Amino acid sequence: MSDKTPVIEMRAVDKSFGPIDVLHEISLKVHEGEVLCLLGDNGAGKSTLIKTLSGVHQPTRGQMLMDGKEVSFSGPRDAQGMGIATVHQFGGTYPLMSVGRNFFVGAEPTKGFWPFKIFDREKANQIAVEAVQNFGITRITDGDRLVGGLSGGERQSLAIARAVHFGARVLILDEPTAALGVKQAAHVLRIVNEAKRRGLAVIFITHQVMHAMAVGDHFAVLIRGAIAADFRRGAKSREEIADLMAGGESMADLEASIEGFMETHDGHPPAPQH
Amino acid sequence: MTDSSASKSASPASGFSIGSLFRRPEVGAFMGMALVFIFFAYFGYDRNFLSPFGTSSWVNAASTVGIIAIPIGFLMIAGELDISIGAVVPAAKMTMAITCGYYGMPFIAGLFFAFGLAAVIGWVNGMLVTRTNVPSLIVTLATLFAVAGLTLFLSLFLTDTTSQALVSPAWAKWMFGDYHVWGFQSSVFWWLGLAAVLYFVLHLSPWGNWIFALGGDKESARNAGIPTDKLKIALFMLASMAAALSGVCETVLSNSATTTTNFALIFNCIIAVVVGGVLLTGGFGTVAGVFFGTATLAIVQQGIGYTPFDRNLSSLIIGVMLLIAVLMNDTFRKMATSMSTTKKGK
Repeated sequence: MSDKTPVIEMRAVDKSFGPIDVLHEISLKVHEGEVLCLLGDNGAGKSTLIKTLSGVHQPTRGQMLMDGKEVSFSGPRDAQGMGIATVHQFGGTYPLMSVGRNFFVGAEPTKGFWPFKIFDREKANQIAVEAVQNFGITRITDGDRLVGGLSGGERQSLAIARAVHFGARVLILDEPTAALGVKQAAHVLRIVNEAKRRGLAVIFITHQVMHAMAVGDHFAVLIRGAIAADFRRGAKSREEIADLMAGGESMADLEASIEGFMETHDGHPPAPQH
Repeated sequence: MTDSSASKSASPASGFSIGSLFRRPEVGAFMGMALVFIFFAYFGYDRNFLSPFGTSSWVNAASTVGIIAIPIGFLMIAGELDISIGAVVPAAKMTMAITCGYYGMPFIAGLFFAFGLAAVIGWVNGMLVTRTNVPSLIVTLATLFAVAGLTLFLSLFLTDTTSQALVSPAWAKWMFGDYHVWGFQSSVFWWLGLAAVLYFVLHLSPWGNWIFALGGDKESARNAGIPTDKLKIALFMLASMAAALSGVCETVLSNSATTTTNFALIFNCIIAVVVGGVLLTGGFGTVAGVFFGTATLAIVQQGIGYTPFDRNLSSLIIGVMLLIAVLMNDTFRKMATSMSTTKKGK
């Protein structure tokens, strides 16, 4: 553990929607140049956690800190202003818009004066292509090209390059590899490593343990809205992590108990218990 | 940076190629318009289709649809639809005629009430769509009937008639409803002006980027910090107010207004927008495309009268044209998203 203050930290954060508690006592921190992998099955509360981190939701209880100072976000734009960038599964890219326009959605460079301010297409294209190429995506050379023609990995990379360009310090990646093939996923993981090398604090959300192990420094497993395990790289094996995600119960134990039951009950599986 | 210099030299070369030309939807819309124009110019030549009178007949018809079609195109790009315009037009007309014609208030007051009413209807549409997440087709279908009913009720309640005469002052007549050079109506100039302003908004200003992003992926657009709800409400208000403008022009021109709901206008607007290359699923379209689409529609509807063909055939032509346009738009989308791979081989 380093003594440095974490870039972002959550202290005992709860989030409930009316009577329903979604997150319980979430505490986590990410340092500069560190990748925190948030693992969890569907419905574990991952997306609520992301939305809380990125300012879409406000925590019901608990503290959020950036650089050791308490912060609260009034909305996603506010969180972005403080350097928190979220990249969703499809990268927040728009298939029928050009690379340059995609890159600057919501922050368009303009030239001229009000009310004749116009979108500076050439500047946008040039910056976008340069930023993406710096991340190692050399196939993108034309800023006018529509994003729909790029591969899933390239779209993710474009979104990450975009976030970094706009001064993100915390990068939240929401299942960036979920819809990708093996080669494309490897591509995205390289980009994650590049972001880490540049000193960003990365929060990488996934349910693919392999991908998490490839880039993670620190792991947190989320089960039913609470952090069930929190450990450093190398502390647990792949099987152990997968078991944790399945609900804390070892998959092997579960299988053995079912088989044992079937043997003593003429091959019938156990009745479901509630 | 060697990379950036390489990309710089590459972009002008790819800026003008046949491939990129055909990727633009307005080119397809323009070719459709040219084809239809040549067809009617050939068969309508003897009957003066090309004369100033013949030209102004279709341009005038195009303008009343076109003023509304471009904002409807914006909404469709943003992933929404507004069919309540069919009732906003007569509502605005009756408001003008009742305030100025029946109650004798000044013309400016009539304008104020007509556009104010349209703004309120657009705001209600936008609020209902953004707050309830009910598809805008249904929301605006509801407001279409609600506004139509209210217009009829209030007209009978206040004036006891369903049609009302309006006498406008000379300046207003000149501005909104007179015949100018070549027999062009005032609305033609409004159409051209509006097209120019909205071209700027969609293609040059940063707002255009927001509208495309809204139609491309609403969730991402909101995450990118775009005020999506406000933008959508603004677009609904724009469409409604454009409908009011078209209505005001018609009322001043004809010196009268009726409460009849204009159902044909709804279809004409949608046809113009789709023929103009706007994707039904949102996220793509151009002002120039919608402009050409509107012109095409008007040429077919008005031009048929200048040819020896039966007038009823115009609907057949428009139906076939619409179908071709939709199929072309779909092909375009596939082409646009697969272009990068083919381009690399070149």
